[in-house]
Amino acid sequence: MTHVTKFLGATAALALSAGAALAEPALIFDLGGKFDKSFNESAFNGATRWAEETGGTFAETELQSDAQREQALRRFAEAGNNPIVMAGFSFATPLAEVAGDYPDTKFVIIDMVVDAPNVRSVVFNEHEGSYLVGMMAAMASETGTVSFVGGMDIPLIRRFACGYAQGVLAANPDANVVANMTGTTPAAWNDPVKGSELTLAQISQGSDVVFAAAGGTGVGVLQTAADEGILSIGVDANQNYLHPGQVLTSMMKRVDNAVYEAMSAGEMVETGFNVMGVANGGVGYAVDEFNADLITEEMQAAVDAAAADITAGTLAVHDYMSDETCPALTF
Amino acid sequence: MDFLTLLQLLDATIRLATPLLLACLAGLFSERAGIFDIGLEGKMLAAAFTAAAVASLTGSVWVGFLAGIFASLLLSALHGLASITFRGNQLISGVAINFLASGLTVLIAQSLFAQGGRTPSLSGDARFNPIQWPGALARMREIMQAGPFQQFYSELISGHTIIVYLAVLTVPASWWLLYRTRFGLRLRAVGENPAAVDTAGISVVGLRFAAVGICGVLCGIAGAYLSTGLQAGFVKDMTAGRGYIALAALIFAKWRPWYALYACLLFGFLQAIALRGDVIESVLGFRIQVQLLDVLPYILTVIILAGFVGKAIPPRAGGEPYVKER
Repeated sequence: MTHVTKFLGATAALALSAGAALAEPALIFDLGGKFDKSFNESAFNGATRWAEETGGTFAETELQSDAQREQALRRFAEAGNNPIVMAGFSFATPLAEVAGDYPDTKFVIIDMVVDAPNVRSVVFNEHEGSYLVGMMAAMASETGTVSFVGGMDIPLIRRFACGYAQGVLAANPDANVVANMTGTTPAAWNDPVKGSELTLAQISQGSDVVFAAAGGTGVGVLQTAADEGILSIGVDANQNYLHPGQVLTSMMKRVDNAVYEAMSAGEMVETGFNVMGVANGGVGYAVDEFNADLITEEMQAAVDAAAADITAGTLAVHDYMSDETCPALTF
Repeated sequence: MDFLTLLQLLDATIRLATPLLLACLAGLFSERAGIFDIGLEGKMLAAAFTAAAVASLTGSVWVGFLAGIFASLLLSALHGLASITFRGNQLISGVAINFLASGLTVLIAQSLFAQGGRTPSLSGDARFNPIQWPGALARMREIMQAGPFQQFYSELISGHTIIVYLAVLTVPASWWLLYRTRFGLRLRAVGENPAAVDTAGISVVGLRFAAVGICGVLCGIAGAYLSTGLQAGFVKDMTAGRGYIALAALIFAKWRPWYALYACLLFGFLQAIALRGDVIESVLGFRIQVQLLDVLPYILTVIILAGFVGKAIPPRAGGEPYVKER
């Protein structure tokens, strides 16, 4: 019995201390998990960077099921955390319901738009970054066929594929783009074996550069590409180091910057719609010592010119999510 | 569809069917002895992780391979303890093993390697490299230029890891063990009528533990193959439901070793063809949704269970703990 009492006491103390630490920011990861080598991990890195630089602390939670989204949001809001940052498009529906109940709390949602006065929506122009790496893929390809491996078949991943295909065709109008999705369930994010098989199938169709936007599945794609002696392109974080000299580049999506900025602004975080694109460094491609030899000057010049055009607004990359169609690729 | 495409499909079939086949035979031994095992997935996952982790730490794939089998055996022993010794519910024990493996692997991987629940990429002797038969070509781009016989030889016969050849041999070995040895007869009997086996003075518990042990070894090989043969490292939940497909294959095969081979090759082929939307389109002339191909193994199993293609009768004493005296 004494154990129970002690436990209850400790819980109460914990709850009180959590309530007392006002205005601590909170971060909620999506189902992919904190260490997915993709956007959740990137979000975590951004928060860690903020914590290290400011000495502050942040609350965090990993979800186990969809049902916990609203619960987690309300818990953090009740506990006085502010702002509450969530990584993932799936938070849109619960956030739209919850946001109105806590008008004094600021919410930051990444990858989706929620229209409420106390919500900051951060979306990334993945199609723009994919366009740039698509151009590089087309220029690095000797066979004229390049390919794409997506994770779960959702509009967001199709947006990657569509931008990539447009970039490929911009650099080489005769190029052939082979695109495959790993699956239709969340298991598609963690199936490197299937990623490998898809890559082999694409190689046999002539592909010699493959772009993986598939979470953990991408590990298998990059591995097979390296084993078979073709080039690959990583995603979200810089994955060039995984197979030095065999990863052409990585399409970077700076979720960490978005989280870092939100936490730095704290309670004063600006609400509204926020687009992270090529123009403001939200997406881009990675060049480091592992792939410097693979990038020719010609490639660099073409991609820089395209990036400048996108920034200037003279080049518009079609966004799959705007109308669910893609001019460069059929799914 | 040309000859090489067909070969590539069959080649992918073999690679994808191997883990299914090993897991399916593992389930076969266990279920034939009357112990239902839905923990195949968890055991494979634990073995995949341990094999990759130990191979990465020691630099030797064979040490990793043995460690993977050991990890799978540990979980098998747990399943045996819960469902044979303590006569617990076999399904619940299996589910618990799946959850345990799914959580523990990521947790240990994170604390060992701090790479987000992955192991480092394996290279050189730390992974099973494909065995190149004499005169065979290794890279697909070279094979595409070769003649038909060379293509057949290089693509289909050569270039698999040793576990694939081993897996093919386990089928006749399992058949021989189950149908041509005294041990096999007793093992099958203990799944049908344990009381009769007990009356004959043979230990039911001992036989069932032996079956669960064989199941652990085979699951361990399947898991080690995933992380050190097919892949070069462990990724969270990398079994991706293969343990469950193996169970479906087991029912499809009506709990028989040779049928298990055919069922796993069929399911492997379905998985392989699902990867090649372009081939289906060119052969049939229209597009089939990938989702439809992905669910085919399960649909086929339901059809079998509904009795359309003969009856699948599970071992009679399956799922029931043996109690000597009531």
